[in-house]
Amino acid sequence: MKFKRNTYEMNAEPDMTPMIDMTFQLIAFFMVLLNFGESEVDARIKLPSSQLAKPADTPLEAPVVLQLTDDDKVIFSGEPMPISELDRPLRNEKKFIELSGGKVADATVILRADGSAKTGIVQQVIQKCQDNGFERFALRAKQELEEDR
Amino acid sequence: MKFRHTTSSGPEKVEMQMTPMIDIVFQLLTFFLFSFKIAAIEGDFNVRMPVAGPGTPDAESQLPIKVRLAADAEGNLASIHLADRALPNFRALHEQVMNIVGSDAGPNAAASSAEAELDCDYNLKYQNVIKAITAISGQVTPDGHIVKLIQKIKFAPPKKPD
Repeated sequence: MKFKRNTYEMNAEPDMTPMIDMTFQLIAFFMVLLNFGESEVDARIKLPSSQLAKPADTPLEAPVVLQLTDDDKVIFSGEPMPISELDRPLRNEKKFIELSGGKVADATVILRADGSAKTGIVQQVIQKCQDNGFERFALRAKQELEEDR
Repeated sequence: MKFRHTTSSGPEKVEMQMTPMIDIVFQLLTFFLFSFKIAAIEGDFNVRMPVAGPGTPDAESQLPIKVRLAADAEGNLASIHLADRALPNFRALHEQVMNIVGSDAGPNAAASSAEAELDCDYNLKYQNVIKAITAISGQVTPDGHIVKLIQKIKFAPPKKPD
């Protein structure tokens, strides 16, 4: 049996369109999911979980985020420091709030403390904030599903 | 002046250069892929603590509920006391709080004025405090709604280790 052989040169260019479609869709997906606001969330902190921890309906206005690691360091603006050095940045925050026309007592301090951190240290951090006039605190916890309990 | 006219046999195929675009698109894709992380949903317990607050009784509060959390040497929870009464776990604490401020139908009027004070050992792990606050401050109904119990929570002054 004889097969006819194609003698002409074939133009074998792959069709790029479906691949580019998919790639753009992937880019759009990751772009939408990218949350720059999460930059304040430090991966070293393992938050305690609570079934009552539900995200707030309205985001807090200009909160001060303090993160407490399990080795008694406070992370403020991405910089770890011992609790004794917390006064200076808190004073700066207080000045900034007062200069922008707000009241320190109305500002909220979000406290993201590690689940293994000592309660006494957490209370010390709260006390430092109270010394600088802060009154409102939001103790942060991660959401716990009912099945986890 | 004469221009030479190119005589082509057929229509010339103009091809778009795809390579640079695909390069950039893949770079963008890799950037977003690496900056992507799954974050757990977080929520807050709002606590209002003025300077004079800890330790001093609030004039408005009707029912001061004192919860004592003791820790062992490692910081794990050793015992829970609700006003000198030992409780085995946080579920029991929640049931006791329900007896004081609420009923099966929901929290009664006492819940809004009730105040709880947490008295914790210095080295107690913080996750126990959150568990205690969870037990005191509310519950989730089977249909997913949150019923609030005691909202006024404060801390007793920290006990410095010797």
